[in-house]
Amino acid sequence: MIHARDLVRTFKTKAGPVEAVRGLSLDVAEGELVAFLGPNGAGKSTSVRMLTTLLPPTSGSANVGGIDVIVDPAAVRRQIGYVGQGSGAGQYYKVRDELLTQGRAQRMDAATARRRAGELIEMLELKGLEERIGSTLSGGQKRRLDVALGLMHEPRILFLDEPSTGLDPHSRANLWEHILKLRKQTGMTIFLTTHYLDEADTMAERVMIMDNGRLIADDTPERLKADLAGDRIMVRLTSTAEAQQAAGMAANLPGARETEVSGHAVTVTVGEGEAILPEFIRRLHEVGAQVATASVKRPTLDDVFLGLTGRSLRETAVA
Amino acid sequence: MTFVADVWTSFAREMKPLVSGWVWLAFGLVQPLLYIGLFVPLLGGIGIDGPSPLQWFIPGMIVMLTLFGTAMVGWSLTEELLSGVLERFLATPMSRPALLIGRALKELFPLVFQAVVMIIIAIPFGLQLFPLEMLYGLVLLGLFGVGVAALSYALAVAAKDDTSMFYMVSQSVALPLMLLGGVLLPMEMAPGWLYTASRFNPLTYVVEAERALFVGEFFTPAALNGTLVVVAVLIVGLAVGSRVIKRASL
Repeated sequence: MIHARDLVRTFKTKAGPVEAVRGLSLDVAEGELVAFLGPNGAGKSTSVRMLTTLLPPTSGSANVGGIDVIVDPAAVRRQIGYVGQGSGAGQYYKVRDELLTQGRAQRMDAATARRRAGELIEMLELKGLEERIGSTLSGGQKRRLDVALGLMHEPRILFLDEPSTGLDPHSRANLWEHILKLRKQTGMTIFLTTHYLDEADTMAERVMIMDNGRLIADDTPERLKADLAGDRIMVRLTSTAEAQQAAGMAANLPGARETEVSGHAVTVTVGEGEAILPEFIRRLHEVGAQVATASVKRPTLDDVFLGLTGRSLRETAVA
Repeated sequence: MTFVADVWTSFAREMKPLVSGWVWLAFGLVQPLLYIGLFVPLLGGIGIDGPSPLQWFIPGMIVMLTLFGTAMVGWSLTEELLSGVLERFLATPMSRPALLIGRALKELFPLVFQAVVMIIIAIPFGLQLFPLEMLYGLVLLGLFGVGVAALSYALAVAAKDDTSMFYMVSQSVALPLMLLGGVLLPMEMAPGWLYTASRFNPLTYVVEAERALFVGEFFTPAALNGTLVVVAVLIVGLAVGSRVIKRASL
């Protein structure tokens, strides 16, 4: 559904050329829900803008919905819905009018556009707001309208650029509820960018991590976490000597990676912590070591990012 | 055909909020009214010929209103450019030049409305009507406004997020054009160099054409030259605007 090969985008700035995207290749199949995760400035938006024909690539190629974005951008635009980072609805325009205008812009006939606008108003909880103008809507309402605008022509592929940025947690959850419901109903391919870790983790079936213009990881959130970060088992014993002994045993656990001793505690990173912890405790018990406490910490996508780049996504996102 | 439909789509969208904009339109008339009340009486004393100084002054005034009104319309586009509204349309199959032309066409309405109100208000003060010639004058004015508006939109797209740049350029072009166009006082009174400079100002010809039309002179070189200038501004404006928006990647 979406294919990119070696996409590059260089911007000219006063300080010299900046390579926003450096050789992006990706494939998204029909019906997938993919999240592009990365810090601000990683090149996520630039990539999406190239895939949606808003920005010509400096080099490389992309094919969206079976159409080359450089050869026939207008045909690509008919296939896709695009919800940009900004607000798509005009300040001085009424909700329903904007939906109908969008329908016309997407070459829908008047009757179909009216019916579809009605459906979307219902579906995205915009009822009662039809005659309100853009500037009077709340952040969450505006964003739902943006999504409705992107969906007017029933696109096969929906691009969402930072759909929930700036929304309060309640509105975010609400927006996601709608997006997931829509997807269930239509089987649409959804490609979104986000810098919210939890959002990528819980919503997307597949996460592509982008940093510094490059794709550095691409898999399901579960596998990314298992392969690139792993679970951290922490066991606290009753003496330093026991801890040293336990550390030696921990290194021999199946799939054990880093082992660390700190006072009475031992930490070890393994693939599947929940399965391994009982075994570890049993072995410790056999050698007579007293286990005081035990825990498994599941990794987050931030741990994945940290493992890949040496930086935390949280810090980068704030900076 | 789709091109025309796209122009219409863009035009129709822009027309909708105009209704709430009437307040601003009315406010825009305050300044010219002050000119009529407080400035025009002075003109009688300095030898403006014709049946009434208004016959000379009103056409200049509506050209000025048109110029300032339309030179600044890019501002509204800047707002939509920053918020993401323009991007939303750029991601649809709509023709990009149609997007811009539809917007520019909408500018016809406020400026023709303002001009008509000015004329009506000036009638009790002694403005004499030449309906056909004045109507042609309004058509010229409208086309001129559409051309300037297209240039203003092009500037807004080119300046992108740099709103101060848009403001500086549009103001530093519009004000000298206005002063050199002999809108307030006859350029015949100007020193030689200033008069010469004014002959290189396209706006001068538009003002002169409107003045000829407002005293009922249709088949004159002034009306012809003005028409040619307006057509040139329109073509250049639409061509530049189309080119800029086609290449726009915000």
